[in-house]
Amino acid sequence: MSAAIDAALLLDARPRIARGLRLQWEPAQDAHVLLYPEGMVQLNASAGEILKRCDGERDVTAIVAELEQAFEVEDLQQDVLAFLQLATAQRWIEGL
Amino acid sequence: MSAPQKPGPPFWLLAELTYRCPLHCAFCYNPVDFARYEDELSTEDWLRVLREGRELGAVQCGFSGGEPLMRQDLEVLVAEARRLGYYSNLITSGIGLDESRIKRLKAAGLDHIQLSFQDSTREVNDFLSSTRTFDLKRRAAQLIKGQGYPMVMNCVIHRLNIDHVERIIELAVELDADYLELANVQFYAWAQINRAQLLPTREQLRQAEAVTQQWREKLGNKMRLLFVVPDYYETRPKKCMNGWGNVFMTITADGLALPCHTARMLPGLAFPSVREHGLREIWYESEGFNRYRGDSWMKDPCRSCPEKENDHGGCRCQAYMLAQDPAAADPVCDKSPEHHRVLEAIAAAGKPGMIEKPLVFRGPKESRRLDRAF
Repeated sequence: MSAAIDAALLLDARPRIARGLRLQWEPAQDAHVLLYPEGMVQLNASAGEILKRCDGERDVTAIVAELEQAFEVEDLQQDVLAFLQLATAQRWIEGL
Repeated sequence: MSAPQKPGPPFWLLAELTYRCPLHCAFCYNPVDFARYEDELSTEDWLRVLREGRELGAVQCGFSGGEPLMRQDLEVLVAEARRLGYYSNLITSGIGLDESRIKRLKAAGLDHIQLSFQDSTREVNDFLSSTRTFDLKRRAAQLIKGQGYPMVMNCVIHRLNIDHVERIIELAVELDADYLELANVQFYAWAQINRAQLLPTREQLRQAEAVTQQWREKLGNKMRLLFVVPDYYETRPKKCMNGWGNVFMTITADGLALPCHTARMLPGLAFPSVREHGLREIWYESEGFNRYRGDSWMKDPCRSCPEKENDHGGCRCQAYMLAQDPAAADPVCDKSPEHHRVLEAIAAAGKPGMIEKPLVFRGPKESRRLDRAF
């Protein structure tokens, strides 16, 4: 029950890239990368697609809907939430 | 034995903008003979280096020195780095940073500032840097926070301040640091000259690590604490620069392109100058960058070592300094026939009363007097 409430709260959150970090597309690596002080994470395709929508404007519901539409798949909510929680733990995003 | 593969891009471009520095730190890694290299690259040279580096695929750009704030064109270079899509890092002592300068750097798009301290107290900070700069650094920390930057502090740790680790951490807490790097000194250049005075004892190291761990637990997520262990106390060498010519390129104040900040000392290697060559040619084709790529250059014990992929034989500069052969195993490794040199230095550190030499402080006059690469 409480997990369901938590999930409902999370869906309204508007995550954004954490302060001091920058997300950008790198042609040389053919990947999105997340840049932070003196370091870099190379993101896989799905992580890049999720994070580039974390702009502090879209809420999680909208992010999930967009991804489902863009990639013509359903039921992405659990996967996206799991990734956003991981990204929060890694301090890549804020606002979840 | 694997043939050298074509390397990937250099992710890191370190621009050592100048060897000039208001500090005189006794552990500085700039070349001992830095005073020979006064002919600094021009603004136009640096703008071209930044552009060529980005075209090669570099994403992290460090502005370092010496003290990079000594360059009056720093804002111009930062703005170009931002425009090109680098993540820009300023590595500074904070001397020369004031309200108007930090605002200009912020407006130019600077992403991150790392501020160095030498100790938690005015007395030791000012002694180790041979300056009166402690209060200026505290002011710089406030300015950095005030502009909304994360506060990333770096303190080089060694025999003379390692017992103050707790107070250094407390200072970081007081200054509201987000990140504190306790970087044990590595023995290159000026630190190598002063090694007998700077190498901590094993007991000091153990204590400092224990204190750091206690604070790590106490602070949790509030501040990240990184403790860089001195490699002399390891039995395997560090994977220096994450591999020679693998991800990292340094450009010195006078335009030499190096695979690491200290490689200039190595004999028999002509490193190319960005005044004469483009970065792409330097990265992929120069002898200096290709010499220690892959593992065909290795000798035993590295050549036949099952762990050679883990550390690539360690640091070429350390091999040269301690074993007089840049292709030897890094003597930090206990498989190295020269490992006893490291053990002897550690044993000497443990004997009280044996250290009587005065510290040699970095400066142009001392540099000219010593006039040697390390």
